[in-house]
Amino acid sequence: MHRLLALLLLCLTLTGAALAQAPADGAYGKLAAGSYSDIEAGVAELVTSGDPRAGTVIAALVDGRLYARAADKALLIRTGETYVDARTGQAAEGATDGLKALRLNNKVRRAVDAAQGQLNLLSPDPTKRREAADAVFKARDATALPAVEAAIARESDAGIKRTLSEARAAAILAKPTSPESDRLAAITTIQTRADGDAMAILRSLANDPSEAVKTASAKGIAAIETRLAIIGGVQNVWYGISLGSVLLLAAIGLAITFGVMGVINMAHGEMVMLGAYTTYLVQEVFRAQAPAWFDWSVAVSIPAAFLVAGAVGVAIERGIIRFLYGRPLETLLATFGVSLILQQTVRSIFGPTNREVGVPGFMTGAVDVFGLSITWGRLWIVGFSFALFLFLLFVLRKTSFGLKTRAVTQNRRMAAAMGIRTPWVDAMTFGLGSGIAGIAGVALSQIDNVSPNLGQGYIIDSFLVVVFGGVGSLWGTLVAALTLGVANKLAEPYLGAVLAKIALLIFIILFIQKRPRGLFALKGRAVES
Amino acid sequence: MADTLWTRRGSAILLAGGMALSLFGASVARAEETIKVGILHSLSGTMAISETTLKDAMLMLIAEQNAKGGVLGKKLEAVVVDPASNWPLFAEKARELISKNKVSAVFGCWTSVSRKSVLPVFKELDSILFYPVQYEGEESERNVFYTGAAPNQQAIPAVDYLMKEEGIERWVLEGTDYVYPRTTNKILEAYLKAKGVAPEDISINYTPFGQSDWQTRVASIKAFGSAGKKTAVVSTINGDANVPFYKELSNQGLKATDIPVVAFSVGEEELAGIDTKPLLGHLAAWNYFMSIDTPENKTFIDQWHAFTKNPKRVTNDPMEAHYIGFNMWVKAVEKAGSVEPDKVIAALPGIEQKNLTGGTAKMLPNHHITKPVFIGEIKDGGQFDVVYRTEEPIPGEAWSKQLEGSKDLEADWVKLNCGNYNTKTKKCGGA
Repeated sequence: MHRLLALLLLCLTLTGAALAQAPADGAYGKLAAGSYSDIEAGVAELVTSGDPRAGTVIAALVDGRLYARAADKALLIRTGETYVDARTGQAAEGATDGLKALRLNNKVRRAVDAAQGQLNLLSPDPTKRREAADAVFKARDATALPAVEAAIARESDAGIKRTLSEARAAAILAKPTSPESDRLAAITTIQTRADGDAMAILRSLANDPSEAVKTASAKGIAAIETRLAIIGGVQNVWYGISLGSVLLLAAIGLAITFGVMGVINMAHGEMVMLGAYTTYLVQEVFRAQAPAWFDWSVAVSIPAAFLVAGAVGVAIERGIIRFLYGRPLETLLATFGVSLILQQTVRSIFGPTNREVGVPGFMTGAVDVFGLSITWGRLWIVGFSFALFLFLLFVLRKTSFGLKTRAVTQNRRMAAAMGIRTPWVDAMTFGLGSGIAGIAGVALSQIDNVSPNLGQGYIIDSFLVVVFGGVGSLWGTLVAALTLGVANKLAEPYLGAVLAKIALLIFIILFIQKRPRGLFALKGRAVES
Repeated sequence: MADTLWTRRGSAILLAGGMALSLFGASVARAEETIKVGILHSLSGTMAISETTLKDAMLMLIAEQNAKGGVLGKKLEAVVVDPASNWPLFAEKARELISKNKVSAVFGCWTSVSRKSVLPVFKELDSILFYPVQYEGEESERNVFYTGAAPNQQAIPAVDYLMKEEGIERWVLEGTDYVYPRTTNKILEAYLKAKGVAPEDISINYTPFGQSDWQTRVASIKAFGSAGKKTAVVSTINGDANVPFYKELSNQGLKATDIPVVAFSVGEEELAGIDTKPLLGHLAAWNYFMSIDTPENKTFIDQWHAFTKNPKRVTNDPMEAHYIGFNMWVKAVEKAGSVEPDKVIAALPGIEQKNLTGGTAKMLPNHHITKPVFIGEIKDGGQFDVVYRTEEPIPGEAWSKQLEGSKDLEADWVKLNCGNYNTKTKKCGGA
C-alpha cells in the first residue's frame, strides 16, 4: 500500500518537476507522526522526493538523533547539545524540551536500508556502492528503478554492475505494470544469481498473471534448486568437518590421559573449562591494558591456558591419581569429585553466569565460496585443531619426552629399570594431556558459553571419540572425531538434531560390540595383558 | 602415630560439630518469633546460572520487608536450600523446608520438571509454592501460585505482533527438546493454523539441551526463509544454548531485517554473555524489561544494585514475578491475619499488587495473575527497547484455548474449588 502510494508520488514527481518539493513535505509530516508505519512510509517518500537533505535526515534517524517535537510536529536533528531543523539544516527555533526521539523497529529498519541503498548508489566509494546495490536488491522496490538505471549507466566496476542489474531485475519484477518481455529478461538475470535470495524472488512469482512468466520462474526455481541441493550436500560435509574438529579438540587431551595413560579422567571437561576461563582473564587484561591489541589476546591465551590447565593437571595427578593407579573405579569416582569441586570453585569465583569472551576481528564474518558460506571462526578452529593434533603427534613420536612416555605406558618396570623416573613421566604426561585440554578450551570459548558447565557438555563426547577411535591411538582419535562429526551432520537434516545424536550413539554401541578395541586397535603384548 | 593424629582430628571435628549443634539450637529457640520463608532455587549445577539470581532477589525482598517492620509484627527469616539442579532433590528439599524448617511459604523452582517434582510434596504437606517463571500452562494446583506468564501472556501476543507489524507469513518454531517448548509450540501451531497459516509454512524443530553446534539449523532456517514469503523464527531455545545460536546467526549474516527471531527464554541475564551488536532488532517477549522507565522500576533496580553491591547486575522478568508474588503473599498474610496455608490460599485470589512496569497485577481464581505483555528489541549493551506493549493487562489462562484436550477445562479455586473443571461434562477432573 505504501509502495503504491510512493509509486504514485514518484509518477507525480516525474511528470511535474514543479511539484518536486511537495512530496518531501508529506514525508516530513509522516516522519513526525510517530507510528512505525508512518515512519516507514515517510522514509520511502523522502528518498523518492529527491530532497537533498534526505541522506542527512535518514542517517540521523539510524543514530537515534532525529527528534519530533510534540507541539508543532517539527523534526529536529541533534548534534552534541545543539539542534538543527531537519528540513532546512538551520539552527532550530523554539523549545527543545518535550522532544521525542524517533524509534526504529525491523519494518522501519528495512525501509531505512533500502533508502540508504538508493541514496548511496552513486557514492564515490566502491564498497559503499556494493552495499547499496545489495540493499536495493533485497528491498525489491519498484520505485528504486530510475535510480538503479541511472547508477548502472555510470557504474564502471563489473561486479557492482552485475549486482545493480540484478537489483534492476528485482525492481522490474516487483512492478506490476512492467511489460512481459522485460519481466522474462529479469527472470533470467535473477536466475544466474542462483542463491536463496534469487529463489525467494522467483517463488514470489508463483501467482503471476502471465503464463510465460510463471513457466519461466518455475524453470528458474528448478535450476536453482538443483544447484542449491549440491551446495547443501557439500555444506553438510563441511559442517561435519567443523563439528569433527570441535570433537577432536575436546578429545585430544583425553587421548593422552585416558588413551595413553589409561586414567579414566572425569575432570577432563573441567580442564577445557579452565582453559576457557583463562582466555576470559587474559582478555580482561587486554581490555584494560591494551585494547588496541585485543586481536592478539587469543594468541596469548594459548600458552597461558596450557600452563594453567597443565599445572592443575599435575597437581591432580600428584595429589590424587597417583595413589589410585590400577584402580579404575576409584579413579573414576575421585576424578568425578574433582570435576565437581573445580566447577563449584569456578562458580564461586566468577559467578554462575556466562562470561563474555570476545571474538577477535579475524574470526568474525563469513566468506562465500561458490555459494558455500564458510564462517571464518569455524575455519580457524578446523585449522587450529589439526595443528594441535600434529603438534601432539610430534611431541609423542619425535621428542625424548614422548619416547619416555611411550616406554612407561608400554612397560613400566622395564622403563624404570632403564633409569626413567616413571612418577615424573606420569605427572608430566598427565600435565600435557590437561594442558592440551586447556588449549582446546581457548578455541571452544570462541564458539560456546564460557560458564562453569562448559566442560560437562564435552566429557561424554570426548570419551565416545577416544573409545570409538581405539584407546591409545592418536590417529584413531582423529579419524573417529571426523567420522562422528560428518556422520552426525549428514544425518541431522533428515533425522533432526535429537534423533541424529541418538542414532549415532546406537551405532557406536553396536560398533563396540563388534570391535571392542575401536577403529585402530593397538596390537602387542602390552594390550593383551 | 598416624592413628593418634586421626583420633585427635576426629575429636576436634566432633567438638566443632557439637558447637555447631548448640548454635543451631540457639537459632531455633530464637526463631520462635520469626516467620520462615523457604527459598528453593538451585545454587549449583546447570540451572545455577538462572536460579542464583532469584535466590538473591528473594533475600533482598525479605530484607526489605523486615526493614519495613516484617509481617504481622514478626520478622521474616529466609531459609535457603540448594536442590543442585537435581529434580528428585527438589522434592526432598521441599519436604525438608516444610516439615523440618516449618516454613510458611516457599518461593522457588525454575524448570517445569522441578515444579512437577515438588507438586506432590506441596499437596501432601499442604503448603504454598510461588512459581516465578513463564511456563507452558496446562496446570492449576491449589497449593501453587503461578506468577510467571502462561502461554497466552507471552507466546500468543508475540506471534500476533509479528503477524501484524512485520507481516510474517512463514514460521520456524525452534525449541529445545523438553516439555515447555513442545507444549508452547503445540499451542502456537494450533493458533497459527486457526489464523490461516498453511501447514507447509510452519516448520517445527527441536534440538538437545546445551546444543552448541547450530550450523546446520541456521543454514536450514535460511533455506526455509527463501520461499518468497516473510519468515520469522519463534525461539523457545533454553538458556545456555542461546549464545551459540545467536553467534551462529550473526556469523552466517542472518539479520533481524531478513529473518527476525523472537525468543521467550532470552532475557537481560542471557544476553550478558554475548556481544549484542549483530543482534540488533531481534526480539524477545516478556512481561518485564529492565529498560522500562517507571519510578517503581528505577527504585527496584537501585535497590538491587545496592543489595548486590554490583552496579552492573541486571534485573529480569522472573525477578519481577518474585517481587509481585512476594508482595501478594505479604498482603494475603496480613489480610488473613495468619500464615496458616489454608487461610493464605483462601485470601490470595483477588489480591492486587502494582507491577514494576506500571499497571496492577491481580491474583485470579485460577492462581495465575494478570500481566502486561511487552515485545522488546535487542539493543546495544544487552538491554531491550520496547517496541510494543498490550494496552490492558492480560489474565493468565491455566488451560490453553488452542488445544483439543484443554479448551473445555476451567480452573477456579474460589467458586468451584477445582483446578480442571470440565465445562462440557460439568465435572471436576480432580487430581
